Amino acid sequence: MTNEKTTLSSPADEQRTPLLKRLTGANTLWIGLVLLVLVAVFGAIRPDAIFQVTTLQFLLAETAVLLVLSVGMTFVIITSGIDLSVGSVLVFASVSSAMAMNAVSGGDATNAGWGVIAFGLLVAVVSGAVWGLLNGLLISRAKIPPLIVTLGSFGAAQGAALLLNNGSNVSGIPDRLNRTFGSGTWFGIPNIVIVAAIVTALGALLLSTTRFGRYTYAVGSNEEAARRVGISVRGHLTKVYLLAGTLAGLAGFMGNAFFRVAVVTGHETDNLNAIAAVVLGGTSIFGGTGSVLGTVFGVFIPAVLEKGLVIIGVKEFWQPIAVAIVLVAAVWLDQTRRRARNQR
Amino acid sequence: MSEPILELRGINKSFGPVHVLHDIDLTVNPGEVTALVGDNGAGKSTLVKCIAGIHPTDSGEVLFEGQPTHIKGPRDAAELGIEVVYQDLALADNLDIVQNMFLGRERTKGGLLDETDMEQAARKTLASLSVRTVKSVRTQVSSLSGGQRQTVAIAKAVLWNSKVVLLDEPTAALGVAQTRQVLDLVRRLAEQGLGVVLISHNMNDVFEVADKIACLYLGRMAAVVGSKDVTHGQVVELITAGRSGDLGIARPEAATI
Repeated sequence: MTNEKTTLSSPADEQRTPLLKRLTGANTLWIGLVLLVLVAVFGAIRPDAIFQVTTLQFLLAETAVLLVLSVGMTFVIITSGIDLSVGSVLVFASVSSAMAMNAVSGGDATNAGWGVIAFGLLVAVVSGAVWGLLNGLLISRAKIPPLIVTLGSFGAAQGAALLLNNGSNVSGIPDRLNRTFGSGTWFGIPNIVIVAAIVTALGALLLSTTRFGRYTYAVGSNEEAARRVGISVRGHLTKVYLLAGTLAGLAGFMGNAFFRVAVVTGHETDNLNAIAAVVLGGTSIFGGTGSVLGTVFGVFIPAVLEKGLVIIGVKEFWQPIAVAIVLVAAVWLDQTRRRARNQR
Repeated sequence: MSEPILELRGINKSFGPVHVLHDIDLTVNPGEVTALVGDNGAGKSTLVKCIAGIHPTDSGEVLFEGQPTHIKGPRDAAELGIEVVYQDLALADNLDIVQNMFLGRERTKGGLLDETDMEQAARKTLASLSVRTVKSVRTQVSSLSGGQRQTVAIAKAVLWNSKVVLLDEPTAALGVAQTRQVLDLVRRLAEQGLGVVLISHNMNDVFEVADKIACLYLGRMAAVVGSKDVTHGQVVELITAGRSGDLGIARPEAATI
């Protein structure tokens, strides 16, 4: 550099800003520590039960679906939006994918091959994407608040899923899908977890190293500034909700593989779990800051609490209470920091 | 005197029945600071927005580097090299200085953001403007003072090889020391050969940095005078009455004919 005279810190100094730091942001470190402490505490009390391969496998596999939902939710919340519809979209995608696979296999897809499975994946992803696109268009074009739009699609997608099969679960998930993808493992890691990890890694890269990610932060931080520099704010919001819907569709397919049945109930609070995970992970509900890595920690804290409390013999009903305390504390911390900053 | 970089001839602009700008002529020379003064509602901001392509003009000619051009939108203006620093800062608080300076025009390598390259370019631009007040270009904008933010907004405008920078009251919300910094910066922009248009209500600021002063009065260009040829009082008269001695628009009765 030729401009040593300035007091700007030298490039050497700043290049040390590691990629990890950019991926995480400030809150993430703390929330990661919380997760570590939880694991350590439960592990110290019952090392035999916690550090068992099956316990860990099950913990990871159960969390995989929620993780995929939460990655999409991270993008949405960074734009200072919200998506209440992810759980319902998941159910819709899961039901329509299972029914589509049955339909092309003459009523029962249990023995279907890879072609049918690929078709099922396509149906799940596309039906998720359609709901996401609908959300995005209503929010960005019709200017209806995200809370209301996605509250609407939360109900509508659930209703549509129930209508599709008269309110009952859809069985007939291909065995081959369940064996390889749902319950199969690779060096001890459930395959479903590997898929979730890949999605998460791609999401993290998208958010921190591409224009798409940068615009997501910009829109959440100052919409007007984004518009003035020529970013299409409407287009970008549409894409973000489209992404969340698509990932919900994928999550629906993963659920099919894991449970061997497309269930129409049990996902009513997925949206709240995903929001809680994202916020726990240090993403501000006011938009503009957050990270995918934080969301990963945020997903595992409730999961570890639940498993851990059961294993050490505390009634599992304590788990939501414990999560609630951590969640409210996290948001309170975020707000205190903001207030301190704005008072300057 | 070098050739004007931006020249407006007979610009008219109405909002419905309200005729906001009457036959405005204005030339902006490279290396000069042109102050645009006038009372509230005189049409300063409208004129800037017309140049920036936010409002289309009704009639009149715009010449950029001697060539007639039609600026249809902010993108056209940016392409020509006209940048605007708005009064209410258009920075994203949660992003750092580099991210803000490149917002909307990020440099990429193989589809990914080229952070190193952008960081170096940002640092170089700030250094070329002798900005010494920010510690690191990776500081979040939210933690900067008002003056530093304004500095970043101005540096952002010059990053793009811009040739004309329009500043809408850049010192309006700043303290004494910060105003000082920003005025120095405005001066340096001109020294680098840019055409600078500065809107300001503060006569001290205007006399300190401007080479010439363009006074708008009720949507008309009352006078364009060299800042060394006039006094505070004369400029104030031009702003409030549209004329001062021999300067300014002719007597109202003559003007109505």
